[in-house]
Amino acid sequence: MTATGGAAAAGSGLMAADVSRETVTGGLKAASGGRDTVIIGLEVHCQLNTASKLFCGCSTDYRSDPPNTHVCPTCMGLPGSLPAMNRRAVEYALRVAKALNCRVAEEAEFARKNYFYPDLPKGFQITMYNRPLAEGGYLDIEGNEGEKRVRITRIHLEEDPGRLVHMGTPDRPRYTLVDYNRSGIPLIEIVTEPDLRSPKEARRLLNGLRTTLEYLGVFDGDREGALRVDANISIPGSERVEVKNISSYKGVEKALTFEIARQKGVIRRGQKVQRETRHFVEARGVTTSARSKEQEHDYRYFTEPDLRPLQVRDWVEGIALPELPAARRERFMAQYGISPEHARTLCGELRLAEFFEEMAPCGNPLLAATWVADTLQGELNYREMEIGKVPPSHFRELLEILCRKELTDTAAVEVLRRMLDQCLKGGEVQSPAQIMEKNMLGKTAGDAFTNVVREVIAECGDAVRDYRAGRGEALNFLVGQVMKRTRGRADPKELTRILRDELARQGT
Amino acid sequence: MARGETHRDPLNAFITLAEIPPRAPGRLSGITVAVKDNISTRGVETTCGSRILSGYVPPYDAHVVDLIRNEGALISGKTNMDEFGMGSSTENSGFGPAHNPRDPERVTGGSSGGSAAAVASGMARMALGTDTGGSIRCPAAFCGIVGLKPTYGRVSRYGLVAYANSLEQIGPMAASVADCSLLMEVISRYDPRDSTMQDRPYLPRLDGDIRGMQIGIPAEFFGRGVDPAVADRVRKAIGVLEGLGAVLVECAMPSMEYALAAYYVTCTSEASSNLARFDGVRYGPAPDYRKPWHEAFQEVRMQHFGPEVRRRILIGTFALSAGYHGKYYGKAQVARQHVREDYARLFRDVDLLAGPTMPTVAWKIGGKSDPLSMYLADILTVPANLAGVPAVSVPCGTVRGLPVGLQLTGRPFEDEQVMNAAFAYEQGVKA
Repeated sequence: MTATGGAAAAGSGLMAADVSRETVTGGLKAASGGRDTVIIGLEVHCQLNTASKLFCGCSTDYRSDPPNTHVCPTCMGLPGSLPAMNRRAVEYALRVAKALNCRVAEEAEFARKNYFYPDLPKGFQITMYNRPLAEGGYLDIEGNEGEKRVRITRIHLEEDPGRLVHMGTPDRPRYTLVDYNRSGIPLIEIVTEPDLRSPKEARRLLNGLRTTLEYLGVFDGDREGALRVDANISIPGSERVEVKNISSYKGVEKALTFEIARQKGVIRRGQKVQRETRHFVEARGVTTSARSKEQEHDYRYFTEPDLRPLQVRDWVEGIALPELPAARRERFMAQYGISPEHARTLCGELRLAEFFEEMAPCGNPLLAATWVADTLQGELNYREMEIGKVPPSHFRELLEILCRKELTDTAAVEVLRRMLDQCLKGGEVQSPAQIMEKNMLGKTAGDAFTNVVREVIAECGDAVRDYRAGRGEALNFLVGQVMKRTRGRADPKELTRILRDELARQGT
Repeated sequence: MARGETHRDPLNAFITLAEIPPRAPGRLSGITVAVKDNISTRGVETTCGSRILSGYVPPYDAHVVDLIRNEGALISGKTNMDEFGMGSSTENSGFGPAHNPRDPERVTGGSSGGSAAAVASGMARMALGTDTGGSIRCPAAFCGIVGLKPTYGRVSRYGLVAYANSLEQIGPMAASVADCSLLMEVISRYDPRDSTMQDRPYLPRLDGDIRGMQIGIPAEFFGRGVDPAVADRVRKAIGVLEGLGAVLVECAMPSMEYALAAYYVTCTSEASSNLARFDGVRYGPAPDYRKPWHEAFQEVRMQHFGPEVRRRILIGTFALSAGYHGKYYGKAQVARQHVREDYARLFRDVDLLAGPTMPTVAWKIGGKSDPLSMYLADILTVPANLAGVPAVSVPCGTVRGLPVGLQLTGRPFEDEQVMNAAFAYEQGVKA
């Protein structure tokens, strides 16, 4: 929410350069709407998961508690209260700065951003203005055309305002309640240069940031309201528009896609895109123009006199970072021999990577990678389920059974589905062995199928004749028939051998 | 709790008379302390002399209130003051002016005028005041008592309703240097809740021995606007210090020229931000909720802030606004740095600076009608706030029957030395 320090002003020089380049290479096409280029910069606000608030001792774990129960004179802005720095929050922010390859300032300083809003108890927000924690970093993401480096303009620390709860309906508002539980939660604002070229890239940047912050142990992306994004979007040759109020990962892609279509429509109709601030209305998936009054802020920044400057350069040197996503990807490929695609998927989410590392010793890391990255992920997505809900011991048991070849792939998927459904329901979750036994999903010894094999041979005379006539594919048909009747419990390879033997025996 | 009980408080020294009992016996047992009404007291209304805070009862005690109650002090009430500390006479109170015990038709000085009047009239043995640009020293001088503005960072501001955070300090006021020193000793205990505080408690050393002490006399302290009779009285007082063995050094403080402007730009800028929270929603008289919120807030602030507060909010808002920020706020910080450097340079050669606290004696209530002449009265006190250095005002006789204050300023964190020199003077005059 920085007025002039954000992607807006900080990146404006670069944006001008981009625009002129577009004019040289494809200005006419851009003007006629024939090109897909858009220029996007983001301001990302993330709540740091410290135990206490930024300037007081109140707990940050407020989400399941009634309103105004995690408050004190300081975070309610009572007259006479003073802010006292939570050093852990600074440390967390410095971890982020280091991980995003930023230049950390010698000395950072808090400033007051003055504006009236009912969620802001002091009438100003304590933030950083012209002396942020860090500047000039980058994060590599998977871009539209391969690996891409997105530059980070700056990172600073600030306090979250309270939360407003509007009563009544949008048409007939009655009154608004204020909850100060959120007031004073530490936020970092990460501002990117206007380096993004599509909504998808913006989404990937957010995913990349989220992953990095989670690896650093400073952020919990699942908490409601933990992430908020403002986006600056322009089409080369046109004015820039700021879209505020985006509060989810999907929302970013939706808001940007809508806004680009809107801007292109404006240009197509021969009108000019207005330089303005718009709000994203998540429920309707649209952006609406903010009232002009809200854009005319003069924040009257000045140094916060109640806090001393932070000596952060020396501080950051003493901070050791954990293994970050890129390093972990490299290690997974080297240590487990898994594919780059699997490594990317697994490391793209901290809990997934950790889950995989618990599974890898099952006997076959490659098999574990496939099952975690592809099969399990697919089943989880289908159920909109979190990996955290999967009991690792059960999943590992399933993989071990698979490694011992006591279960076919098809049957294993069946076991997994039943297990996940039980997890979703809550209550008791059976182990894979129990599920197999109860549903007779275990691989059955070859002889048990002999009867079914004989049945199929007796009933499918045409296929048998074709097989004897030398058409190999007829055997596949017969295998399929047996599989169908045994509900996938048979190992296809073994089944082929039994079928062949039986046909040979009957043929003589 | 009571307000406006004229028979018990004829000088209007208190906004609220309330007996807040001690929590434990200690060094202040048996002593009554009056507390300025901008210092938060749990369960007792704290208005800052403003109608906009009438009815506001803090749910917590300021650090200094905790400290004095834990040392046995009995708090006798909350003292009258210029609204939010904005004034030099206590005439800008939302609850009527305080009257000077030496002459009830005259002002007490301000903004801690109620505290000074309570002590000078014997209603309290000691008092807590606050000093943003002279608000302890000015009323101490006008009422004939001792008042110390401590080094910035020596007393916790936790619980002090902010007017200008970078300038103000809570400090002790009493009839004698020894009492003032004792109260200072109690309130200087470290508090991690104030990030600008340093853990350097005040350790009194009142032996009255100032032999060999170098005392600088800046020519500017006796410059234009200083009443010649006051100047004369103060020079005689400085002569007493010389008689006690101090060495006097004539010197200059050229940054004084810009000090007053730098002070007013800085304090009004900070005030414009600090006072933004008073919109009627959480404290004081409620707004008309049927109106759009911008309008409702505006109405409350128009009605319940006094004219001087509104003036300072407007000046401060202007000084910080885009396009003027560098010209006013930015320049004020440069001038402030010059003041700091002037003190640092002077204190390489001398141990203390001496001069009058106020350019005049107390004026008649209503006698200064334009705000500018009131601002000019602060010229000798604001430099110490800009630089954060300690300064005491000690009574040094009278002019036309009205008290005059001798101001002694020292190096940062040498409040002990400043108080010892004041003690030497006080004892020297008695002898």
